[in-house]
Amino acid sequence: MSDPLIRADGLSVHFTLGGLFDRRILKAVDNVSLDIEQGSFFGLVGESGSGKTTLGRALLKAVTISKGSARYDDGEVSHDLASLDGPDLKDYRKRAQLIFQDPYAALSPRMTVRDIIAEPLEVMGLTANRAETDERVREIAAKCRLNLEHLRRFPHAFSGGQRQRISIARALVSGPKFIVADESVAALDVSIQADVLNLLKQLQDELGLTFLFISHDLSVVAHTCDHVAVMYLGRLVETAPTRKLFAAPRHPYTKALFSAIPSLDPDDRGTAQKLTGEIPSPTNQPTGCKFHTRCPHAIDLCMREEPQLESEGGHDVACHRWKELMSAVPA
Amino acid sequence: MTPLIEVENLTLQFRTDEGLITAVEDVSFTLMKGEVMGLVGESGSGKSVTAKALMHLNARNAVYAPGSRITLHTEAGPVDVLSLKTPRELNIVRGGAISMIFQEPMASFAPAITIGKQMVEQLQLHSDMTRAEAKALSIEMLDRVGISDTARRFGQYAFELSGGMRQRAMIAMALSTKPALLIADEPTTALDVTIQAQVIDLMKDLVDEFHMGIIFITHDLGVVAQTADKVNVMYLGRLIEEGPVRGVIRDPKHPYTQGLIAALPKLDDLDAPLTPVPGDIPSPLERPRGCVFNTRCAQIVGEACHRTMPPEIPVDESHQVACHIYREDRE
Repeated sequence: MSDPLIRADGLSVHFTLGGLFDRRILKAVDNVSLDIEQGSFFGLVGESGSGKTTLGRALLKAVTISKGSARYDDGEVSHDLASLDGPDLKDYRKRAQLIFQDPYAALSPRMTVRDIIAEPLEVMGLTANRAETDERVREIAAKCRLNLEHLRRFPHAFSGGQRQRISIARALVSGPKFIVADESVAALDVSIQADVLNLLKQLQDELGLTFLFISHDLSVVAHTCDHVAVMYLGRLVETAPTRKLFAAPRHPYTKALFSAIPSLDPDDRGTAQKLTGEIPSPTNQPTGCKFHTRCPHAIDLCMREEPQLESEGGHDVACHRWKELMSAVPA
Repeated sequence: MTPLIEVENLTLQFRTDEGLITAVEDVSFTLMKGEVMGLVGESGSGKSVTAKALMHLNARNAVYAPGSRITLHTEAGPVDVLSLKTPRELNIVRGGAISMIFQEPMASFAPAITIGKQMVEQLQLHSDMTRAEAKALSIEMLDRVGISDTARRFGQYAFELSGGMRQRAMIAMALSTKPALLIADEPTTALDVTIQAQVIDLMKDLVDEFHMGIIFITHDLGVVAQTADKVNVMYLGRLIEEGPVRGVIRDPKHPYTQGLIAALPKLDDLDAPLTPVPGDIPSPLERPRGCVFNTRCAQIVGEACHRTMPPEIPVDESHQVACHIYREDRE
């Protein structure tokens, strides 16, 4: 196997809140280690407040990494993300890009589609003259299934799916290797969502991209990603190849997420094992296992001691009781 | 069963700078007392506009076509909703016989007034309760929807509640006036799956308890399968299929409904490719001639599709579809 494109080791992002007397630390991402292999479509799931967006931003060096390290290595160059600045940071901006959630908010209404897509090239100074810029814009627009006539128009004239294709073209125009897609299909209608997902997969193939795909929608993740990591309150609780994870989830939280997906079968109502309560505040985290306040299987040990990721058969899980629970209830 | 609300030939246009835009065209349906209807469609299909018409709540530039009729059956007799004019008359439907829950609970509560004060205010507006009675009922309703520590929550502001909690408070507020009809516009879309499952359960319990009619507006067919008795599918302002939830989801007849179900990523078959409905929904300024779906339909049967909008054709006694494929007299 090739070296991973992204390797995070004990990565933490902490924010300091409050003033002089009520200083609190918010651990948005806490001690996360993961490898994203070159060319993979890596899914990151969790509820709001789980830290998945912050982790994505940390890997783009859009927030400061508080502790631990993260390394980017595409074979050409290698960057240590925690200490990146100056010309190296500029170089990394070219290699790592973000696709946003809301295609209505992400595009300036005052710029034409051509200018929106060309802006990263101009800002980064990647092209020598206007003719070269135009050529790059046309090339990437065609790959994203936008036609030349679209380039002269303003974003308001486009539907959600078309706007998201414009955002994708803008993210890809600088020729990045690593793309963070943060809930990039969540705001789209179901009939369009599949189209954008297929486009992302196709671009991944054609351009040799590596994706970190952040989503709360497990069925979308199951269909697009080859590897999935599940986050809860800033910690990684489970990570595995997609098939393994969906065939036999090990963490009680992952199981609860699966069973909460509303079934398409009208006669399959109310069989789910529902989670009670909500995700605790990240400023006031529970002791021990972060999930014990909502876990139906929590015991004394879970309240005292935080479980570490255990690996077995390429499938990692952080739970004290997973083996016991797997043998008791066949998946 | 007795009818609760009857919509006949509802056609609604908006007067804009760019001309008259047709948002809803010739929609008719009936909702019985205690029945839950799912209203499905993508953005721009007219589902929210239809729901707002039931409360005569559309903006001032809305033009109702002469034949449009909405009849609400209250205890005091039938009310012709579209003929209501003064605020006093409109209060019969708005917040009186009909309550509405919106997608984003943060935007629906006034940010600078406590939750409790808002609940009491609307109760006093719609009944002759005293302040003390209204407060007691509000606290009881908050308790009913599963909010703990209700006395404290009553004095809090919307921002102090978590997303799931706010949506529960919104439901409590909507139900405290004991409406005969509840309109829920994407009530779970902004919530995490685990919280969505809790809110869906809560709504099912409340239907059983209060025996009111519900119109559930959503684009999520899973949510519809879990909650609704019958489904109406809309596309570009037209009702294109209606029927019982099992019939429509297991054996969809309209090519659009079939496409919508095929586009959903399914968890039981990860190898199945995602099949989008091709193309984008047309702008309402460029409504296609003939059948509204003809620009994206893969099953065009002939000239008729481009010439005339098909009538609603019965599949069985309760399931109807507006598509030329099912016309026996087609050329």
